[in-house]
Amino acid sequence: MHTKTLTYRGWGRVHEATGEVARPERQRALARIMGETPGPAIGNLRSYGDVCLNDGGMAVDMTRLDRMMALDAEAGVLTVEAGVRIGDLARVLAPKGWLPAVMPGTGFATVGGAIANDVHGKNHHHAGSFGQHVREMTVLTAKGTETAQAGSELFEATVGGMGQTGAIATAELQLLPTKGDVMMVTERRITDWDEHLSYLDASTATYTVGWIDATATGAALGRGILEEAETGAGLVPPQKRAKTVPMDAPGFALSPPVVRLFNGAYWRRVPVRGRTVVKPIGEFFFPLDKIHDWNRLYGKAGFHQFQCVVPLSEADALRAMLEKIAKAGVASPLAVLKRMGPGRAGMMSFPMEGYTLAVDFHADAVTERLVAELEDATLAAGGRIYLAKDSLGRAEVVQQMYPDHGKWARIVAKHDPEGAMMTDLMRRLQLRNVA
Amino acid sequence: MSETWLILGASSAMARALARAVADGGASVLLAGRDMADLEAQATDCRLRGAPVAEAVAFDARDAGGFDAIRARAEATEGTLNIAVFVGSMPPQEDIDADPGLIDGTVMDSFTGPARLVQMLAPILEERGAGTVVGVGSVAGDRGRIGNYVYGAAKAGFHTYLSGLRNRLTRAGAHVVTVKPGFVDTAMTWGIEGMFLVAPPEKVAQDILKAVRKKKNVIYTPFFWQFIMLIIRLIPEPVFKKLSV
Repeated sequence: MHTKTLTYRGWGRVHEATGEVARPERQRALARIMGETPGPAIGNLRSYGDVCLNDGGMAVDMTRLDRMMALDAEAGVLTVEAGVRIGDLARVLAPKGWLPAVMPGTGFATVGGAIANDVHGKNHHHAGSFGQHVREMTVLTAKGTETAQAGSELFEATVGGMGQTGAIATAELQLLPTKGDVMMVTERRITDWDEHLSYLDASTATYTVGWIDATATGAALGRGILEEAETGAGLVPPQKRAKTVPMDAPGFALSPPVVRLFNGAYWRRVPVRGRTVVKPIGEFFFPLDKIHDWNRLYGKAGFHQFQCVVPLSEADALRAMLEKIAKAGVASPLAVLKRMGPGRAGMMSFPMEGYTLAVDFHADAVTERLVAELEDATLAAGGRIYLAKDSLGRAEVVQQMYPDHGKWARIVAKHDPEGAMMTDLMRRLQLRNVA
Repeated sequence: MSETWLILGASSAMARALARAVADGGASVLLAGRDMADLEAQATDCRLRGAPVAEAVAFDARDAGGFDAIRARAEATEGTLNIAVFVGSMPPQEDIDADPGLIDGTVMDSFTGPARLVQMLAPILEERGAGTVVGVGSVAGDRGRIGNYVYGAAKAGFHTYLSGLRNRLTRAGAHVVTVKPGFVDTAMTWGIEGMFLVAPPEKVAQDILKAVRKKKNVIYTPFFWQFIMLIIRLIPEPVFKKLSV
C-alpha cells in the first residue's frame, strides 16, 4: 500500500503536521494497513486543533471509504463506512423520511469523526450526542477487527475517544424520522444575556440555538438571535451553489470595527417581532458550508475556537466569560450559545447538562492569553472545554475537566498497547498517561 | 426510458464516481469486478442514491469462463444498455523486465479481456439500436515511453479496438467514447512521485457523462491533456527516443 508524505492542518490552521498518509479505497486495504502500518484514522479534517494531526507519524485518511452499506427503511437503521459525510447522508436520506439523529455544524464532517469526537447538534437538549444513536461499530484495533456494541467497554472508549482505540471502519446508526427535507425556522431578536438564557430555557423546539454578538458590551451584553426549528415538508428554492474563498484574507478583514459593524447589521436583519422562514435542510444545519474554505478568512495565522460547557447553576460564570471576551474586543462574528442536555455516550465525551458557548478568535498572542483565562474560568465553574475545537489547552487543566481520562487510558492501552494511534493532541494533553 | 450501466472494473475510484453519478440521475447499475464484498457495498450505496436496480456481478478480465453469465445478465436488462470499461493493470516496468511473462496478464487486463467481453455484448447494443460503450484508455497509449510501455501498448491496442468498434456500432445507432485520462487521484497514483495536475475522480466522471451526452468520439480528461499529448506526439522519434518523459 502506498503512502503519501503530506503536510496537513486542522480547520483552525494553527497547527500543522507532516507525515505519511495512507488512503485506502476498500475495507480490505484498510484492514491490511491497520495490521501492517497502523496509525490514527483521519477524516475531512474539520476538527479545529490538533486532535486530527500526527506530526512525524502515520495517519489513515478514511474519506474514500464512504459508502452507505445497508438501510432498514422501516426501522431507520443505516450501516455506513466511516468516511461518509454527514451532509451526504442528510441529502440522500431526507427524501426517504430519515435524517442522521445528530448533525454537527458542518456537513463535511465524516461519521467516523462524529463518533470519535462524540459531536452534538442543535437538538442536543432532546436527542443527546451523536454516539447515543450509534448501535454498533466495527473498530480495527491492534487485536484485529472488533465489534463494539452500545454499552460495551470498547464502545464507551471509542465514542468520544478521538481515534485512540483504533480505526472505526463501519457504524450502524439509528436515524431520526423527518417530515420532509425542509426546515421551518423561527428567528427572534434577543436584547441581552438574561433574555437569551430565559428563551433557551423555555424553548420547546426540536432544534434550538442562539447566535450571540460577542462584541456587544454593557446593557447589550449577550444580545443575539434565537433560532428554533422543526423539520417540515414543502417546496423551497434550491440551495445556491457554494462559493470558495480564493486566498488568505488580509488582517483587517475580521478586525474589531468590521466585526462590530457586521454583527450589528446581522442582528438588525431579524425584525423586532421575529419571523419564520423556510430553509433547505443543508442551509439550516450547515450554514457555512456554502462558503468553501471559509477558514481562510482568518488569514495566514489561522484561528482558535474556544468552546466550553458549564453546569446550569454556573450561568453567571459564563456571563463573566462573555464579558471578558466582549471587553477584549477580539471576537469574530461566529459565536454560539446553546443549552445542552445531559446526553453523552463516551467516557471522554464533551457534553454535560448546562450552557455551552463557542467563540472564534484569530490566532495571536492576545487571544492565546484570553483563551488561557477562559479555560481557567471554565475549570473553576466545574465545566470543560471541547477537545475537537481545542489547540491551546494545558494538560494539567484539561485532565481535571475529564475525570474519567485515567480509566479511559487503561482501556485504550488494551486496544493500542504500542501507542500507534497517538496524535499531537494526546501528546500535548498527556491524556493517555495511565496513572 | 430506462437505462442501465454495466461497469467493468467497478471498484476503481473512477468507476465508483461514475456509478454514483448515473445512480443520482436515476439509472440502474451492474457493478462488475472481483471484490464482491466491496461491490455489494457499492451497489447498496447506488440504490440508496437513486438507482432502481444495482447489483454486483462477478467479473475477472482473465477468466472468460464467466463472460457468458455477464452477457445473460446484460441481455435481461430493459431499455438502453451502456457499458463502461475501467479495467487495466500496470505492473512496474522493472517487474516486467525481470519477468516478461507478466506481459500476458497486463495485456489481458488492459485490452484483450475487456475487449472480448465487449465483443460478446456489442450485438445487444446493435439490436436495441442504442447505447454507448465508454472505453477508458490512457494517455500512456498515445506513445510508448520507457516507464510503462507494455501497459501503454495494451492501451494503444484497446484504443484501436474502440475506434473500430465505433465504426461498427455507429451504423446501428449505438456509440463508442474513448476516454484518455491523465493523472487521476486514485489509489493507483496516491503517493507516486512526479504526479502533477491530478484530477479528482468525480471530475473525470462528469467529463465522461458530458462526452456521452454530446456523442464525442475521443476525449482527454481533464481536457488540457489533449495539448500535453499533442506536444508529446509531435516530438520526432530521433529526439523522443533519447528522452525520459
